[in-house]
Amino acid sequence: MSEAQLKNTGTERSRSLEEIFEQRIANDEKIEPKDWMPEKYRKTHIRQISQHAHSEIVGMLPEGNWITRAPSLRRKVALLAKVQDEAGHGLYLYSACETLGISRDELYDQLHSGKAKYSSIFNYPTVTWADMGAIGWLVDGAAIINQVPLCNTSYGPYARAMIRVCKEESFHQRQGFEIMMSLCNGTEVQKQMAQDALNRWWWPSLMMLGPTDSESVHTEQSMKWKLKRKTNDELRQQFIDQTVPQADILGLTIPDPDLKWNEETGHYDFGEIDWEEFWQVVKGHGPCNKERMNARVGAWERGTWVRDAAMAYAEKQQDKKVNSAKAV
Amino acid sequence: MEKNWPLWEIFVRSKNGLEHRHFGSLHAADAEMALENARDVYTRRSEGVSIWVVESKNITASNPENNGELFEPAQDKIYRHPTFYTLPDEIKHM
Amino acid sequence: MKTNLYNYILELADNCLIAGQRLGELCGHGPSLETDIACTNISLDLFGQTRSYFQYAADIKGGDASEDSIAFLRYERQYKNVLLVEQPNRDFAYTIARQYLFDVFHLLLLEKLQFSQDMILSAIAKKSIKEASYHVRFTGDWIKRLGDGTEESHAKMQEAIDGLWTYTNELFEVTEEAKILAEEGIAVNVSTLKDLYYEKVSALLTEATLTVPENKYFQKGGKSGIHTEHMGYLLADMQYMQRAYPNMKW
Repeated sequence: MSEAQLKNTGTERSRSLEEIFEQRIANDEKIEPKDWMPEKYRKTHIRQISQHAHSEIVGMLPEGNWITRAPSLRRKVALLAKVQDEAGHGLYLYSACETLGISRDELYDQLHSGKAKYSSIFNYPTVTWADMGAIGWLVDGAAIINQVPLCNTSYGPYARAMIRVCKEESFHQRQGFEIMMSLCNGTEVQKQMAQDALNRWWWPSLMMLGPTDSESVHTEQSMKWKLKRKTNDELRQQFIDQTVPQADILGLTIPDPDLKWNEETGHYDFGEIDWEEFWQVVKGHGPCNKERMNARVGAWERGTWVRDAAMAYAEKQQDKKVNSAKAV
Repeated sequence: MEKNWPLWEIFVRSKNGLEHRHFGSLHAADAEMALENARDVYTRRSEGVSIWVVESKNITASNPENNGELFEPAQDKIYRHPTFYTLPDEIKHM
Repeated sequence: MKTNLYNYILELADNCLIAGQRLGELCGHGPSLETDIACTNISLDLFGQTRSYFQYAADIKGGDASEDSIAFLRYERQYKNVLLVEQPNRDFAYTIARQYLFDVFHLLLLEKLQFSQDMILSAIAKKSIKEASYHVRFTGDWIKRLGDGTEESHAKMQEAIDGLWTYTNELFEVTEEAKILAEEGIAVNVSTLKDLYYEKVSALLTEATLTVPENKYFQKGGKSGIHTEHMGYLLADMQYMQRAYPNMKW
């Protein structure tokens, strides 16, 4: 066979492999780490899962900011446990990502060098205690809407990580809503604090569900691979529809003069989102992008000698075992 | 030096009477640390009573490309299942 | 009010509160995700113990005292924790050394406190023993890793131990109320734990290839409310909400 012919059968073979692969996903079969997969599938999954993992660990920072200042012991332990869960979720997701043949250190490098993205919402500052309520209620609320469909995604390790994440996250949103409830049932100062937090977090929460469908580049492919079940706009609508009545219960006003119930569509109409702001934050010009990255990079670099020491110790212990075995 | 902590696979027995099940993985410098980390990462909500840790590199896995020869030959051996055999209706349990 | 008992409970609880607060600062800033999760677990255990003690103390105090009023609304001079636990997280070696030097003492204390004639203290101790046993194991393992790891980690661990050693002796100071309550079988006479403590700590440090400090000059004052300069900042942080927004429910 000529080289051209060889090459030809090569592509044919991979095309048929790819057809079988797509068929398996269409049949709701799961893809497991060692299965054949198109390079694009692997890359897309590394990107999405690692972005998700990065979001969890960068997401620890804005809330971590209030652990030492939580106003009661009950709130303090709940917040600590929540931020700890986020570390756990980051860990589950990095592990899932590692099954695709990339190490956690490489993933960290991508985060630290600014090559990898994480959820833009964590670049906003947490300026009052009410922000702990608003983040739990709104940000975790939006995250859950994003995440629940992923429990059925096509890549087995990702789906399994998401099942664990979703199970554990159920307390996060409640924790936030309860903080908001206490504030809204409290003094005038507390109510104002709650309203102010809602004012600041509402729009970023809507942006968190991603650019509008017309701007979103990955949607079609992601739908096919079950990385996505609904479009960004559908998810956003779902989030708004479920959150507005909750704001009513709290007695808070959503900071959108155009927000109103549409009898015909059975959904809330809402105002224009400031996408310029969204893209600026994504590009690194949000209020806390630098602080967040400095905190992550700093923790990692300050930890180098610790991680090295643990490895050196482990190797010494291993050597001791080998030597004592030889002696016998 | 920059040598990374290796990856470990974590197996947890949820309660006595059940088998250890694969829960996920994590990084640790040595087996003791892997056990301690597994306890903190995977049993925070009382999910387990016993933990096994195995360094990932020590696991040998079958290759999915061989799935045909490995697993398909078992599919037509239906005589290994009780439903293959007929029993008179009067016998309810056997 | 049983003033002696109340004060003794604070002496027990404040150590847990302040140690937990220090570890809580680190959540999200540690050397690896796995260690972040582990240190947070220890912090959560300590806050859990703190709450049990303070709820008991609030019952004794009566009126509108609560776990939070006791935790957040005292003046610096009224906190009875030892100086050791308030020392800052200068680096991971300091964090681990501080926690380990406390954990060994804590476990020895709890093993005695479980036989207290006071049923509530005894119950809290019984529950806490399991937690403290794990803490000692975790921090002890890390002392060994850092002590016998690399040259750099060895130097850092030695520096942390040397720096914190001066605060260890205070753990065994017997306060007035503890002395009285120990006679009634309620409190633990901590001076009796001292030899065993130094024996255990020295053995582990030696195993970790570290030098046991010979320094015999020790700092004290925490138990009578005279703290290091770090304490004020820790409290400013911890009490911020309760001070800025008094008399509110959260």
